[in-house]
Amino acid sequence: MDLFEHQAKELFARHGVAVPRGRVAWSPEEAEAVAAELGGTVVVKAQVQVGGRGKAGGIKLARDPAAARVNAEQIIGMDIKGHVVRRVLVEEASDIAAEYYVSILHDRAGKGFLAMASAEGGVEIEEVAARDPGAIVRVPVNPLIGLRPYHINQLVFGAGFAPEARKGAAEILTHLYDVFTAADCMLVEVNPLVLTAGGQVKALDGKVSLDDSALFRHPDLAELRDSFAADPQEQAAKEKSLNYIKLDGWVGIVGNGAGLVMSTLDVVAQAGGKAANFLDLGGGASADSMAAGLEVILSDPKVRSVLVNIFGGITRGDLVAQGILDALERLGDQVRVPLVVRLDGTNAEEGRELLAKSSSDKVVTAATMLEAAAKAVELAGRAAEGANN
Amino acid sequence: MAILVDKDTRLVVQGLTGREGRFHALRNRDYGTHLVAGVTPGKGGQDVDGVPVYDTVAQAVAATGANTSLIFVPARFAVDALYEAADAGVGTVVLVTENIPVLDMTRAYNYVRAAGVTLVGPNCPGVISPGKANVGIIPGEVTFEGPVGLVSRSGTLTYQVMHEMAQAGVGQTTCVGIGGDPVVGSSFIDILTRFEADPETEAVVMIGEIGGDEEERAAQFVQERMSKPVVAYIAGFEAPPGKRMGHAGAIISGSSGTAAAKAKALEAAGVRVGRNPTEAATLAVSAIKG
Repeated sequence: MDLFEHQAKELFARHGVAVPRGRVAWSPEEAEAVAAELGGTVVVKAQVQVGGRGKAGGIKLARDPAAARVNAEQIIGMDIKGHVVRRVLVEEASDIAAEYYVSILHDRAGKGFLAMASAEGGVEIEEVAARDPGAIVRVPVNPLIGLRPYHINQLVFGAGFAPEARKGAAEILTHLYDVFTAADCMLVEVNPLVLTAGGQVKALDGKVSLDDSALFRHPDLAELRDSFAADPQEQAAKEKSLNYIKLDGWVGIVGNGAGLVMSTLDVVAQAGGKAANFLDLGGGASADSMAAGLEVILSDPKVRSVLVNIFGGITRGDLVAQGILDALERLGDQVRVPLVVRLDGTNAEEGRELLAKSSSDKVVTAATMLEAAAKAVELAGRAAEGANN
Repeated sequence: MAILVDKDTRLVVQGLTGREGRFHALRNRDYGTHLVAGVTPGKGGQDVDGVPVYDTVAQAVAATGANTSLIFVPARFAVDALYEAADAGVGTVVLVTENIPVLDMTRAYNYVRAAGVTLVGPNCPGVISPGKANVGIIPGEVTFEGPVGLVSRSGTLTYQVMHEMAQAGVGQTTCVGIGGDPVVGSSFIDILTRFEADPETEAVVMIGEIGGDEEERAAQFVQERMSKPVVAYIAGFEAPPGKRMGHAGAIISGSSGTAAAKAKALEAAGVRVGRNPTEAATLAVSAIKG
C-alpha cells in the first residue's frame, strides 16, 4: 500500500524527519485557508500516486492565499496519467540551494535492507541510474544490526553531499530508518531532499510504500488506504475479501492458486484472447468464494466468457464441482455468459460428470488448461459476433 | 535419494493442535512421513491421534529426536515459531504460513541462515519426496517416485506439472515449493545446488513467476554450475506492472521482474522454457526419456 505525499510527510514528522510546514486541502477554499495560516509564498501540490505531476502542471507556486485558491481550483479534478487529483498539499515554499536523493528499502536479492543516496536529486532516480549509475551510492544494511552511523557516512560522503548538508542529511537518514522499521515500510524515499539557502535540510517530497502483511499492527496507517482508487469490480472484490485485479480484456478468469491463475491469463492470451481479470480463490475454492468471485467477474460488462480453472489437490474435484453448481444456482440469471470449467487433479472425472449432468446450459467442461483456454476464447468471440449482429 | 526430506525425516509440527495443522500433519503421516511430535504451548501432555504434543520445541526435540519442523502457526506468531525451531537445533524448517511481515522475515532469514538452518518458505506448500516423505500441504496422491527434481514458487502450478508428468509416466525425486514471498528461506539456487548433488535426480524442472530476479540468477547458476538438464516455466506474461498477483512477491516493479525477461535469461543460459505448464512437463519428460 502506497501513501500519498502528505500522509508520508505526516508520518515523517512524527518520527522527527524535517519537512516543510503544510497541510492537505480537499477544496480550493480549504487550500486558501491553509495558505493564509502558513503565510508567505506557498506551493500547491497535486496528491497523486504517480510520478511526473510537476510536468503535468500539478505543482504551482502561490504568492498569497487567493492565488493558492486559484491554483487548487485548477489542480483538483485534474487527470494525471489516469489518476484523478482529489486533494492538494499546501505547504511553505522552500528556497532551494541543492537537491539530493535518499531512500531505504527492502532488497530482495540481498535479503536485507538497502540504503541509497545521490547528489542528483529532483529527477526520477531511474533516470539517474540509467544515465550515470555511479552517481548513486548503494549501501547494504544487515537487518540484524540496522542502519548505523558508518552506513550514513558511506551515504553522505559517498554521494558527495555539500559539507553544510551532511549533518542535516545524517539526521534525516537516522529518522527515516526509524520510520522504515517502526511503520513496516517496503520503501521510504525522499526526492528531493533539499538544502535550503538558509542551511536547513528538509524532505521536500516523500514516498512511502507499506508492507500489506504488516498492516495489522498499524491500524492508524491501514485507515489511510485510498478509497477512491478502485474501480467498481475492484471495490466489490475488496468488500468480499477476494484477491481480484481488474485487467482490460474480455475473458473472465477464476482459479485456485496465484501461480495457476497467472498462468491461465497467459494461456488465454496464447489462445488469442485477453483476460478481463485476475482472481485467485486460494486453495479451498468453496461454493461461497466461487459464488462471490463469479458475481464480481460477471458484473464487468466487458466479460463475454468465463474460464474457471481449478486443480483439485487436497480439495477434491467433485467437491469443487459441487461448489460451482451451488454458486451458479445462487447467481441464477446473473450468469449471462458461457462458463468454461476446467477441472483437473484429484477426482476430476467425478467432478466433470457432476457438471455435465447439471441443468445449466451455460457450463462447458474441459479436461485440460489449453483446451479450456481455446474454448473460452472461442465462445467469447461468438458472443461478440452475436452482439454485433 | 531425495533432497530435504526422506525416510530419515523425524517431523515435529508446530501448531499441530490447530485445524490446518492437524489436518495436514495427519495426511503427512498417512503418506508415510515419520511424524514424531507436535508443539502447542499450553497443550503439552496431550496427543493428536497418538502424536505426543509438547509445550516447546526444545522439549519435543529432546524427547523424540525431531530433526525437521513444519510450521502451521498464524502469521503474527510464525516468526517466533521459526526462531524457536532454530534455537532448539532443528536442522530443516518448512514454513507454510502466509502474510508474514517482510521486516520480521528479513531479520529471521539472516538469523536462521547464520545458525545453519535450512528454511523452506514462508508462504509455501512444502516439500515432498515421493514414496518417502511429505512435509507440508502438497497432495501426495498426484505423483510418484521418479528421476526429476522440481522446484517452484507456486503451489498449484507445482501440482499441475507433477500431475502432467505423472500422466506421462514420469515421477520426481523431490518437489520443493520455495514460496511466493519476496523473502524466502531457500532460493532457486539453493535447491538447484541440492538437485545437482543428488545422484538420483537426472533433470530438474523450475517453475518461476514475475517479481524479483531469482530466475535470472538461477539461469546464470545453471549455465555455470549445472551438468544436469534444467527445463523451466514462467508464469505472468500478462501481468500488469505494479500489481501484486496473489503472491506478495509476484509484482513487476517498474520494468524489472517481468516474465519475458526471466524466460529470455533462462533461454540464453540453455534452459528450455515451456510456453505453458503442459509444455514444461513435456520438456521435462523428454529430458529424461530423450
